[in-house]
Amino acid sequence: MSYVEVSNVFQSYGTRPILERVSVTVEKGEFISIVGASGCGKSTFLRLLLAQERPTRGEIRIDGAPPAREPDRDRGVVFQRYSVFPHMTVRDNLVAAEALGANAAGYLFGQASRDARARADLALERIGLAHVAAQYPAALSGGMQQRLAIAQALAAKPKILLLDEPFGALDPGTRLKMHDFLRDMRAETGMTVFMVTHDLSEGFKLGDRVLVFDKIRWDPQNPEAYGATITYDFDARVALPPPAMLEEKTHVH
Amino acid sequence: MLVLIAYALGSEARRAVNPADKLLPAPTQIVETAQRLLTQSDKRSGDILFWKDTGASLRRLALGVGIAATLGLGFGLLIGLLPLVRAGLAPFVSVLSMIPPLAVLPILFIVLGLGEVSKVALIAIGITPFLIRDLSQRVAELPAEQIVKAQTLGATSLAIGLRVALPQIMPRLLQAVRLSLGSAWLFLIAAEAIAAENGLGYRIFLVRRYLAMDVILTYVIWITLLAFVIDWLLKRLTQRLYPWAGEGGL
Repeated sequence: MSYVEVSNVFQSYGTRPILERVSVTVEKGEFISIVGASGCGKSTFLRLLLAQERPTRGEIRIDGAPPAREPDRDRGVVFQRYSVFPHMTVRDNLVAAEALGANAAGYLFGQASRDARARADLALERIGLAHVAAQYPAALSGGMQQRLAIAQALAAKPKILLLDEPFGALDPGTRLKMHDFLRDMRAETGMTVFMVTHDLSEGFKLGDRVLVFDKIRWDPQNPEAYGATITYDFDARVALPPPAMLEEKTHVH
Repeated sequence: MLVLIAYALGSEARRAVNPADKLLPAPTQIVETAQRLLTQSDKRSGDILFWKDTGASLRRLALGVGIAATLGLGFGLLIGLLPLVRAGLAPFVSVLSMIPPLAVLPILFIVLGLGEVSKVALIAIGITPFLIRDLSQRVAELPAEQIVKAQTLGATSLAIGLRVALPQIMPRLLQAVRLSLGSAWLFLIAAEAIAAENGLGYRIFLVRRYLAMDVILTYVIWITLLAFVIDWLLKRLTQRLYPWAGEGGL
């Protein structure tokens, strides 16, 4: 049995199908890049993995657990924006990763709180944010905020990490640094990662596998009649297909 | 400044015609009256009425606004965060906020009597619907990503309310209170004018009978000053407590 099993998932909004017959299995520790043209349902697929939405048909199981009904601690997530809490300092954002789920009220007290702060400081040291521990996220650059967001998601020790165009809002230089950072973090934790991106080269650079979402059926009179599915599943660890063929096959430019 | 000069000229002109004119007393007379009001005690009770009025009014205002803020925060959070509560309560609050509070003042006097409770209740009833609507709107405007993020960190609805939504709308609450203070004063003075034994509004409407413009003006200036200082204090409090809210949050 595979770690993540997506079996025959359909998703439609009203009468409008978005995803059709999506089935894929992922092993523990794999890095999956998800690419596709805009509007091909790759973000919808991520929301399904996140359990923010439930599929109209089919099911998604992680580590054999029954399909989740709401986002939970098994899933860590980093969005393009708004992933850290603006009202907490950098350190408190990391502490919150442990505190929010600790009890019903989401507060840690006494020794537990001190321990969590010590762990947060260690993590900040490692990701190079120790010097801004007492500042608020608004004072941080976009790259630093995303680094914090990834560290925060990992601090809750999820089973899978979901990244929704995490570097989409960053400039190219920062983006390259973030790639290295993400690789290091992953090497350290052995995390199973799903990353949605619209940048093909980024997907192939970071991913072990690259899933391409596209529509296989197309009605020119009614472009919204059919949903998308996984059309290609590249193994990014072996030699890459030539770029021209990629563009043609994925419809991503 | 211009207003003061205009007043002084107007007052001068009227008193040139009739030295006993009461409508626009001279600025010097107002200062004299203010000094008398602030320092001399009432012959009958031995209290300085000015300070007693101020204390009574501020107490009513603080109670009314405090109750309204608590209710507004509680219901605002519930309505903003929980779709079930929103579906049930939001239309009710919308209708409630359409009722002119002064129109229910007689009901309050009849039901709650002429004492303190009815005045505090008028202020609370007057501004609570506004606070609830404003705060629930702010909560609903929190990015969905933040709520999902909190859920993936294992937060319950209670934890999201307490640790994510509540701290983020606190600066908004203080701002909404600042905005509603104007109405709060209005309701306070209206309630005091109709039935009270002390209070700033009561005194103004009492001395109106004697055309004591110097007293009225002293009180009006004092109320304005109080309102200004309270507003300023709340602003400073917001900046002190919630530095992350920045200028945009104010």
